[in-house]
Amino acid sequence: MANRAIWGALVVLLVIAAAYASFFIAPTENSMGEIQRIFYLHAASGWAGMTAFFVCFVANIFYVLRRKQKYDWMGVSAAEVGLAFTTVLLITGPIWAHPVWGIWWTWDARLTSTFILWMLYIAYLLLRGMVEEPDRRALLSAVFGIFAFIDVPLVFGAIRWWRTQHPQPVIMGGPGSGLEPTMRNVFFFSVLAMHALMVLLLSERYRLEKTRDEFLEVQREAEAG
Amino acid sequence: MSLLSNATVLLGKELRTEFRSRELLTTTVVFILMVVVLFSFTFDTSSGESRKFAPGLLWLAFLFAASLMLQPCFLREQSNDTLSALRLSVSDPFAIFLAKLAANTLFLLFTELLMLPVFSILFNVPVGGVVAPLILVFFLGSLGISVAGTALSAISAQARMRELMLPILLLPLLTPVLIASAEATAALLDPAPAFRKDWIGFLAIFDVVFLTALWLFGEYLLEE
Repeated sequence: MANRAIWGALVVLLVIAAAYASFFIAPTENSMGEIQRIFYLHAASGWAGMTAFFVCFVANIFYVLRRKQKYDWMGVSAAEVGLAFTTVLLITGPIWAHPVWGIWWTWDARLTSTFILWMLYIAYLLLRGMVEEPDRRALLSAVFGIFAFIDVPLVFGAIRWWRTQHPQPVIMGGPGSGLEPTMRNVFFFSVLAMHALMVLLLSERYRLEKTRDEFLEVQREAEAG
Repeated sequence: MSLLSNATVLLGKELRTEFRSRELLTTTVVFILMVVVLFSFTFDTSSGESRKFAPGLLWLAFLFAASLMLQPCFLREQSNDTLSALRLSVSDPFAIFLAKLAANTLFLLFTELLMLPVFSILFNVPVGGVVAPLILVFFLGSLGISVAGTALSAISAQARMRELMLPILLLPLLTPVLIASAEATAALLDPAPAFRKDWIGFLAIFDVVFLTALWLFGEYLLEE
């Protein structure tokens, strides 16, 4: 219990430090000005969300192959946490786009594929709500989760060919791309902070799911006995 | 080899079941016709406009129709209690999926081809010179819809609110098929028709990827 509290406090401090760094340490961007600072939250949440969805995918595969409840708990926790971070991504995006591009939303490759990804994981969680029997729910949602994740590169490829307006990747992009060193350090610090927050939420959500399952198990036994 | 021969026998069963009642085909044709007619109220059907919007609308109609047509795919087996018998009858459960997705592809393709002349007349889009490549696009698109749709109908058949769950699961997953099919169709219906190898190749990739995923993970969906 004490460990969890310390760990939680550390993550909160880390997130506060990242927020401080993005407001006061990172230099102001030349063409966009102060609004560009939302980048440190926007892109870092995006990365953390994608990591969570990847965790969900791996947990789904393990569930299908091993059939251990813990993988199901991990799958649903990662999907929910990933969805939360992707929601932040989808909300901060338009806030940044409106002053810079002059529009709130555009049907560009990355925006659209993120939106579809978000809908796929909403469908994943909806499906879980629609199957009563726990083992069946775990198995069906795991297979759907695998299909959804496999679909992501295809969605992205299709929409990328179709139309694109989002800036070319600045991190790990081609030659000529890249961030000013301080900006890059602040960015990677934000990515670290968001990942720490993601792991914290994930472990808490996992614990909740585990406790809930164990409670239901005891309840069933009590009713049967 | 036994996989293919099993699948062929099961495909025969699927086709026989359908052609005895023809319920699925008639309702799907009527449904697509209604959607296409209703679409015509929402935009100008002059030739120039149609060429721009019609391929997308046509594929949207196919997608909606498929999400309804695929509902009974596993539900019928469940309500008749024949799924266990089906599973016992084959050594590899993938044969069941293979037969069902082949049947669904054929049904979809059949309704699409039936709708093609109607669509061409109603929306002033001549299709005479490009029928063969159009059939290829229709086939690859329908195969993609059927592969993903057959797998997901096995999932939704076991859920509550299944009539709503199938479209919710299926439609976002089929975004790549919708884009690629609509783009390939639009290029073919252009006054200067173009055979877009890239989009058609993309459709083939989608089909192969999901066929592989179904082959690897499909059997888990049929567990009792």
